[in-house]
Amino acid sequence: MEWDWEFVRQILPDLFSGLKITIIATVLGAAFAAVGGLVFAILRRSGNRAVARSASFLVEFIRGTPLLVQLYFIFYVLPDLGIRLPALLAGVIGIGLHYSTYAAEVYRSGIENVSRGQWEAAKAVNLSVRQTWVHIILPQAIPPMIPALANYLIAMFKETPLLSAITVLELMNQAKSLANSNYRYVEPMTIVGVFFLVISLISVMGVRMLEVRFAPKDDR
Amino acid sequence: MNKPIIRLDKIVKAYGTHTVLDGLSMDVKAGEKIALIGPSGSGKTTILRILMTLESISGGTIEVDGDYLYHMKDASGALVPANEAHMHRMREKIGMVFQHFNLFPHKNVLDNVTLAPILTKGVARAEAEKRAMELLEMVGLADKARHMPAQLSGGQKQRVAIARALALSPKIMLFDEVTSALDPELVEEVLNVMRRLGEETDMTMLLVTHEMGFAHDFADRVLFFDRGRIVEEGPPDAIFRNPKEERTQNFLRKIIAAGHRV
Ligand SMILES: Nc1ncnc2c1ncn2[C@@H]1O[C@H](COP(=O)(O)OP(=O)(O)OP(=O)(O)O)[C@@H](O)[C@H]1O
Ligand SMILES: [Mg+2]
Repeated sequence: MEWDWEFVRQILPDLFSGLKITIIATVLGAAFAAVGGLVFAILRRSGNRAVARSASFLVEFIRGTPLLVQLYFIFYVLPDLGIRLPALLAGVIGIGLHYSTYAAEVYRSGIENVSRGQWEAAKAVNLSVRQTWVHIILPQAIPPMIPALANYLIAMFKETPLLSAITVLELMNQAKSLANSNYRYVEPMTIVGVFFLVISLISVMGVRMLEVRFAPKDDR
Repeated sequence: MNKPIIRLDKIVKAYGTHTVLDGLSMDVKAGEKIALIGPSGSGKTTILRILMTLESISGGTIEVDGDYLYHMKDASGALVPANEAHMHRMREKIGMVFQHFNLFPHKNVLDNVTLAPILTKGVARAEAEKRAMELLEMVGLADKARHMPAQLSGGQKQRVAIARALALSPKIMLFDEVTSALDPELVEEVLNVMRRLGEETDMTMLLVTHEMGFAHDFADRVLFFDRGRIVEEGPPDAIFRNPKEERTQNFLRKIIAAGHRV
């Protein structure tokens, strides 16, 4: 089998539009996961036992089932219940919800790593609970979380091909359909691999920099 | 100097089944400097933490500056547990300095001191900074205003922590073993600041300390605690030179044997 540059030239525009969808899905999914993770983390800390338990159960449930099954459920089963979502939106919700549970865990440990003394000092200078979160706890909790969150972002990016299972025309799906209609797999699949590799490598380098930048500082 | 600024009435504090304070009552007069001494686990820290509302109480009442700390009167005049707004108002009267400083590590020295006045009292930043600089001047750290806590020595951190607590102009200051975490050569600089505070202000000060020499010079009254009870109390000379109770005598003997100056 020979590498056909002419074919590459033909399919590149479609692959780029697939890449665009992949990136959109990643960015929106990440935004969903960032907010959803915060919601889970807060619910799990709730003083109300029932709320905290339900949130924990939901987190375990989502983590304990494969993302692919969740995507099928959201896209193919929910319509039976009258909830019909466009493929990309279903994909963003599915992947975002799944990664919320990981984000929640990162938030939890980040928040717990802020020492009890910080809460007490904030109370001793009479800050309200809200002021304590905003000015004392979160500014200390978030920077150490950033490398872990960035790692999940990369993992999520690499899982977006799963969205092809629910008809989202992301990079993998584009490549597959180009390959199927032209009976040539080598160029589309190689290009997909290269795209993912290049973006992942750049991202990993980015994470390294974040790790250096936000290395835990030891101080009270 | 007649009505007490702090009145503990039959305070009970239990952790699970472990009762730490079992009906403790005591009064503190406005402006009084009180040293709490006693063996480890006797409940000294617990008393300060309760006054700072860092712990809840299991029974009894506390009055601070004429108002209940953990209670408030409802419409019918009955005593009910205080709500957060009430506790917030009460906390304004009290400041605390911790053994481990607990400075805000992500904020520079000046911001550590100005944060609370700006947020809780709505003081303008310029005014808060002016006052903070005066306080930093007083604790001898005006030149460190733009430093981060991590760049300071333990003694410097503790002096910033004192300035931070003073910035809210509390009527009552609580000090919990504020020199215990310091290298020996840094203890004196913190004690000097406290000495000045004692001389130059009429704040009520409660300190828990193992520095018996300092307690002797500083306090108007010394309370010796054991197992959550006041075993003996009196002016420093009476407690340190001429203790009546056997438990006090034993405690002081051990402390002296451990190399502390009295
Ligand atoms: N959070 C807690 N949970 C359970 N028990 C506690 C807790 N905090 C304090 N205690 C117990 O309460 C008792 C009094 O403790 P406290 O810290 O007030 O003593 P202390 O007089 O300050 O001692 P030290 O000189 O060692 O600081 C101790 O027996 C301690 O084990
Ligand atoms: Mg203690």
